[in-house]
Amino acid sequence: MGIRRWSDPTFRIVCFVCAAVGGLLTLAFFVQLAAASGAAWRAFGLGFLVSSEWDPVAEVFGAWPAIAGTLATTGIALLIALPLAFVSALFIVDAPPMVSRVLGQAVDLLAAIPSIIYGMWGLFVICPLMQTAWERLGVESNGFGVLTAGLILALMILPYICAVMRDVLRMTPPVLREAAFGVGCTRWEVARDVLLRFGARGLLGGIFIGLGRALGETMAVLFVAGNVMEAPHSLVDGCTTIAATLANNFAEADGLERSALFALGLILLILSFGIQVAAQAYLRFTGGKRGER
Amino acid sequence: MNASVFPAARPRPPFWRKVQDRLVAGCSLLAVAMAVGAMLWVLGTIVMRGATVLGWDFLTNPSKPYGLPGAGIANALLGTLLITLTAAGMAIPPALAAGIWLAEFGKQSRTAAALRFCANVLMGMPSVIVGLFAYTVIVVPMGTFSGFAGSVALAILMFPVVMRTTEDMLRMVPDTLRESGLALGLTRCRVTLQIICRSARNGLITGVLLSVARVSGETAPLLFTALFADAWPTRFASGPTANIPVLITEYATNSPFESMHRAGWGAALIITLVVLAINLTTRILFREKKA
Repeated sequence: MGIRRWSDPTFRIVCFVCAAVGGLLTLAFFVQLAAASGAAWRAFGLGFLVSSEWDPVAEVFGAWPAIAGTLATTGIALLIALPLAFVSALFIVDAPPMVSRVLGQAVDLLAAIPSIIYGMWGLFVICPLMQTAWERLGVESNGFGVLTAGLILALMILPYICAVMRDVLRMTPPVLREAAFGVGCTRWEVARDVLLRFGARGLLGGIFIGLGRALGETMAVLFVAGNVMEAPHSLVDGCTTIAATLANNFAEADGLERSALFALGLILLILSFGIQVAAQAYLRFTGGKRGER
Repeated sequence: MNASVFPAARPRPPFWRKVQDRLVAGCSLLAVAMAVGAMLWVLGTIVMRGATVLGWDFLTNPSKPYGLPGAGIANALLGTLLITLTAAGMAIPPALAAGIWLAEFGKQSRTAAALRFCANVLMGMPSVIVGLFAYTVIVVPMGTFSGFAGSVALAILMFPVVMRTTEDMLRMVPDTLRESGLALGLTRCRVTLQIICRSARNGLITGVLLSVARVSGETAPLLFTALFADAWPTRFASGPTANIPVLITEYATNSPFESMHRAGWGAALIITLVVLAINLTTRILFREKKA
């Protein structure tokens, strides 16, 4: 009987310790980034956030170019991906079961392709295309820049948003849709006035998931953004993002620059944390029904 | 009841409503076609450009600096395999246990809600930040970049995914199974491991394999940890270790040579094929019927 007496408590404690590791890790991220970026915050204060100078020689650093680039590329990506994802999700939900299943699988596979593949494809296929396109329009551009990065990001986050939206739309009780069809609504009217309102919170959650991915994406942007340490002023300007700056400059940086890079990391962490909190709040009502997320 | 309270609805001619409906239907067909078309375009490019370099030599020779004949990607393949498997070995057992705690013991308690929230935050954490973290926690104290540090970074990325899938899968097992196990006099431990986990086995395997597929293409954390080397991964724990994603990055961005670009496409084709193959087989073999 000995083993029976202690096996349960031990099992329970081991499991709890493992679960607690997740919590500790989350805390550790904040603590570690805050500690490593201390020198930068002491040197530049909160002005770090809005200063747009990045001069490793003079040891003056500001986060604004990276923040502006992140916001610009993410904004463009969402503008392109959101409507596309919503109507694709509508199509997938309404399509005959066979078509719907195949397309659903295709969307999931699209989400599984590593981001570096999108980056490489963007670099060798989209950038030259963008260059010729801009030249036709009479704009000087090397093909890299805000719009290109936004396009690649949009393509990357489309399957994520689409998958969440598809699951949310599927959860609308059939009786609601049937009632709406019964009073003579067209498909679009049902989608707009019933599905969209019933699933509003879940759809917002899906948007936040896509937003979080776009904000933190490194490789796809690194390849096509142009890596210019200046806040972009137009769609053709080269830019950089927080994640791309980290990947690009970290290896050669030391001292204050490294600390400034950690500060950028902390900003990104806080941004993505905020978005996760919002996403969780909105997605709570669909929780558990969506396995992988 | 006064009829004037309900003013007559503005007439909406069915013709325009139908036109609107058709327009939206057309748009959504277009959107799906665009998404699928883009996927085919990406895959097509990789296959077309990558297939030209694929061959026995390419897969069995190690990578070499530009100009040397007979360069391949075998060392990077082996490195990626080592890094990913070590990461899986480190992350999966504790992640399964953590998922078990959430589903079987924590349930709706406040601690469980807090830990679940942390796992979700970890899951949404940009991978580049995980790279930074692994750099300061492993690379700095060890004084060297290493494949092992890369494994730690990937393990951190895998942990929350496996933890949450495990929880979701275990929660789908009906309580009657738990109760009948306990009624037979089994301990909680045995009920969980031998009955609950066994009946949720397919779901657990799916979660684990999908998380492995997901991290095997991760690049950003490896830039800070494993780096790259033109050598076989013999110094996995103590030196920069070759791996496919960083090889692609190096060849695509830091090299002006066409032959390096071609090798990069070949490596991209391999990693895409591996990721898609894991995804497809798990989905076909282990997927439970979705409700």
